[in-house]
Formats: sequence, C-alpha cells, structure tokens
Amino acid sequence: MSWINRVRNALPFAAPKRDTPDNLWIKCPSCGEMLFTKEYEDNQSVCPRCDHHGRIGADARLAQLMDPGFVLLPAPKVKEDPLKFRDTKKYVDRIKGARAANPHPDALTNAVGRIEGKKAVVGVQEFAFMGGSMGMAVGNAFIAGTERAIREKCPYIAVTAAGGARMQEGILSLMQMPRSTVAISRLHAAGLPYIVVLTDPTTGGVTASYAMLGDIQIAEPGALIGFAGQRVIQDTIREKLPEGFQRAEYLHAHGMIDMVVHRHSLRATLAETIDYLMAAKAA
Amino acid sequence: MISYLEFEKPVAALEARIAELRDTAAASGELDIAAEIRRLETKSAELLANTYRALSPWQKTQVARHPARPHFRDYVERMFTGFMPLGGDRLFGEDQAIIGGFARLGNRRVMLIGHEKGNDTQSRIRHNFGMGKPEGYRKAVRLMEMASRFGLPVVTLVDTSGAFPGVEAEERGQAEAIARSTEACLALGVPMVATIVGEGGSGGAVALASAERVLMLEHAVYSVISPEGCASILWRTAEKAPEAAEAMKVTAQDLLALGVIDRIVPEPVGGAHRDPAATCTALAAAIGEELDHLAGKNADALRALRAERFLRIGA
Ligand SMILES: [Zn+2]
Repeated sequence: MSWINRVRNALPFAAPKRDTPDNLWIKCPSCGEMLFTKEYEDNQSVCPRCDHHGRIGADARLAQLMDPGFVLLPAPKVKEDPLKFRDTKKYVDRIKGARAANPHPDALTNAVGRIEGKKAVVGVQEFAFMGGSMGMAVGNAFIAGTERAIREKCPYIAVTAAGGARMQEGILSLMQMPRSTVAISRLHAAGLPYIVVLTDPTTGGVTASYAMLGDIQIAEPGALIGFAGQRVIQDTIREKLPEGFQRAEYLHAHGMIDMVVHRHSLRATLAETIDYLMAAKAA
Repeated sequence: MISYLEFEKPVAALEARIAELRDTAAASGELDIAAEIRRLETKSAELLANTYRALSPWQKTQVARHPARPHFRDYVERMFTGFMPLGGDRLFGEDQAIIGGFARLGNRRVMLIGHEKGNDTQSRIRHNFGMGKPEGYRKAVRLMEMASRFGLPVVTLVDTSGAFPGVEAEERGQAEAIARSTEACLALGVPMVATIVGEGGSGGAVALASAERVLMLEHAVYSVISPEGCASILWRTAEKAPEAAEAMKVTAQDLLALGVIDRIVPEPVGGAHRDPAATCTALAAAIGEELDHLAGKNADALRALRAERFLRIGA
C-alpha cells in the first residue's frame, strides 16, 4: 500500500467503507462501531465507545502488565502428538497451522520481570492458539512458570483464556488438571501467592483446575467464565439462560471471584495485590 | 434377564436357542437334547469370550455404560461392610450423585466416596444420573479432609459421564468445586486408591481420581470428553463417536500403557454385569492389596508420591 493510500485510509471521511483494509479499521464485536485500529490498540484493545474488552495475545498482554525489560521463558519441550491423533485433519497439521499463525509455539507463554517494580512470573494463555486449549505444552509451561516463581521467590500470575482441554491429546489433556494443581500446591508450600486473571473466554477443564484456585481471583469485565458450555447447558435444561450468565459480573455477584477489574487498572491492581501478599516476606 | 448390547446379538441368539432347548428338554424329558445344549453352551461361551477379548473402544464405552453394570450401591453391598453414609457439604445441600461415608473393606476402616448413577427411572433422577453438582464435590472435599485428619484411607469409585452442566451448578461454582476436590485428593495425608469402575468422564471424574494409585476395571473407560462430544466438535457429527473413542485412547489397556492408570482389574467374561459378585471379589482384593502396600507411609511421603505420579505422566 502506498503512503498516500495509507494516509487516506487513516482519515475516516476520506475512505469509503468498502475500500477499508482490515488492518486499519476494526469493528467492535460488541457495539459494532468501526474503530481506528491504532486508537483501539492504544486503548489496550478496549472499545472506547462501549468498553468491550477485546481478546489479546500474550505479547500485548505482557507489554500491558509488565515493566519494560521482562524476559520470556523458553517453552518447555513436550512430546508432540503423543496419541498420533487424527480427526478430519491430523493433529500435527493443526499444530503446524497454529504455529504459523501465532508468535509462540503453544498456548501458554511465561515471562519473568516486574510489575510496577514488583517481581513476578506471568503466564499468559493465547486464545488464538487452538482456542487456548490445555494440553501437555500448556501444562508443562504452567508448571515451569510456577517453578521459576519459586526460584525467584515471587508470585505466579496466570492470565487465562481457553475453551478447555485439548481433545487431540485425549486423557493427557485431562491429566493437566491434577498436574497444574500439584504445581500450585508447591507454590503455596513455598509461601508464595498465586494470582489468576480470568479473561474472555475461560471455560471447561481450565476453569475446573488452575483458573479457579487463585489466592486472588480477578476477572476482566464481560469475560465469559464457566465450566460447562452454554449450548450444552441449554440442551440439558431446555430453557433460556439468565441475562449475563457466566459473565465476569455474574461470577462476582455469585461470590466466585474477588473483583472485576478494567484492563486499564489491571497492572496497578496486580502491583497492589502483590504488595499486600508479599509484605510479610519483604519485612 | 440380561439386556444385550448391539454387538452381542450373535451371543444373544445362541443363548436364546439354549434357553429354548432347555424348556423343550424339561417338558419332554428327552436326554439327547442335553448334548446339543452342552455343545451350544460351549459355542456361546467361546463367542462371548472372543467378543469381549476384542472389544473396540466404542464397544467398551457401551459396556461401561451398560444399565445393568454394577453401580456404587452394588459395590457397597458386596465389597464393604458397615457403610455409614455421611451427608451434606455444610454449605448448601446434599447431592445424591456423589455418595460418601465410613465403610469397612475386610478389616480395614476407610472413607468410601463415589458416584452413583441409579438403576431405574426413579433412582436415576434421585442420583441425577451420577452427574455431581458443586455440593457433591464439596461434600467429597469435606469427607476427604476429615479422613485425612483421622487417619482413614480414602477409597473412591468413579462412575460418571461428567459433572452436571446446569445453571445452578454454574451459579454455585461447579468449576471451583471440581478444582478444590482435585486439590483435596492431592493434599491427603492418608493413602488414596481410586478406581474407575464404569465411566470416567472428564473433570467430574478427575476430581475423585487424583490418587497415588488409580485402578480401572477391565472394560471401564476414562476420557477428557465423551466420544460423542469429541466427535460433534472435531468431526462435526456425533455419529463419528466410534472414531473419536478410538482416537482419544479411552480404554484401560491404552491408559495403562500411557501411565495414566496403574492397574487393570479383570472383569468376568462378558463384562462386570454378567457376574457382579466375581467383579466385586476381584476389585475388593485389588483395592485391599493397594491399601496394604501404602500402609505405613507418612503424610509427606504420600503427597510426594501423588505429586510425582502426576508430574511424570506424559513427560
Ligand atoms: Zn464497542
């Protein structure tokens, strides 16, 4: 695209909508407003009109939460495609496709660094990578993240986003529920905090394990959080689901999470939380 | 009266013929029919044995869900004595999908917890088809913690298609309840032996199966999602369930090879429902042996054993 076109497209009045390239404009999935991508991203991918919190990847999330200079941890090695799984497509090909489309080799990426000066290891789940699904790679990354936190004597923060377990790894994906729980108990045995930030969407086996075991449970506004899928529930009970069902605010109202925090305040909230939980250790 | 599964039709035909001949023999007093009956009985037994030796993962799924398969109540009656059910989670309610209480296995005092599916319409509704709600899992946590405090080993019998997917279950924190139950298993300072006796369905099963020794009955299945569920998501049709069952590796034999379970308890030829008494004898002996092996280990050793067992899986 030429420079002049870029400028023209950047001006809302100059570009007719049908010529709008995808990367310059983004349509808010909630209010439908056409947003200038740069303005949207500068606003941490929150819609400036309706406050809808968009889904973001690990890199953007880490940059938002951590002080500059954080270091990515290497992805732990795992046995690839342990079951030689194939549905309509081979699992190895699905992984290849996901890797080609994403910056990291699987759906959970850890970084060590500081949040407003407070040391932390942060693991971010990438929904864009096969729905954030939890298999061996996610489980091992979670365990590696908590182990690093234990070595650094700092909290582990998990920013969750997942449709659930990775079916293509069969029972091995299910085993990540007890495996991640073991990791959390080791963190606790070391006297260190485990903080969960639930983002849209967090469901299934992820919610029924490490996403619900935080000392502090924070959720982003509007995030879908639940155990069972809404369609499964509807098929079971055959009635309309209540307004706002399984949304962050609904979970807060039912006592399942500590707070719903706007993305703009997330970094400060985490820093403040760490300050309290680590106060006795620092003293 | 046995209810036959689709793939048991040839066995059903033979057994019907045998029953018919017996009736004739009884009525007529003819002795030469006896030889024919014996011949057919041998043939039928062989056919049944061959069928069950070669069950596909999908066929095993059907055996695991067989309506006449022994359920929690049957195991309680045949394997244990002095069962004293303990009710409620002390927070909300009493869930009959997950039952627990004191029991004796031989001379061992244990805390027994398991899913009950029910065996007729009324009891299935009462037990919610074995699909636990948050209060069921929270009751399990309460009982496990008490068992740990008073030194009672925990024995679980897992048999569920999954935790209940419903509005109130979500409202009361189904995910959190399951996560806490898994956590409670892993934190036990007493031995824990879990057995998948029928269906081990997803998180609702793991929550009662995060033990240092995990057993499975020969034809039980254990999976992250039902074959139908997996098929409808990945193949976009539930009709591919047999393929999904195959691909996911749901059988006891596959899971032993993967190191997910520790021991297979053999079932009588034709499945547990053909001879519940023999099934219970074998299972009681296996669980008893496992408990005896674990006896004498201290709380920290047991927790470490359990943690290492799960961390090792897939590594
Ligand atoms: Zn909007």
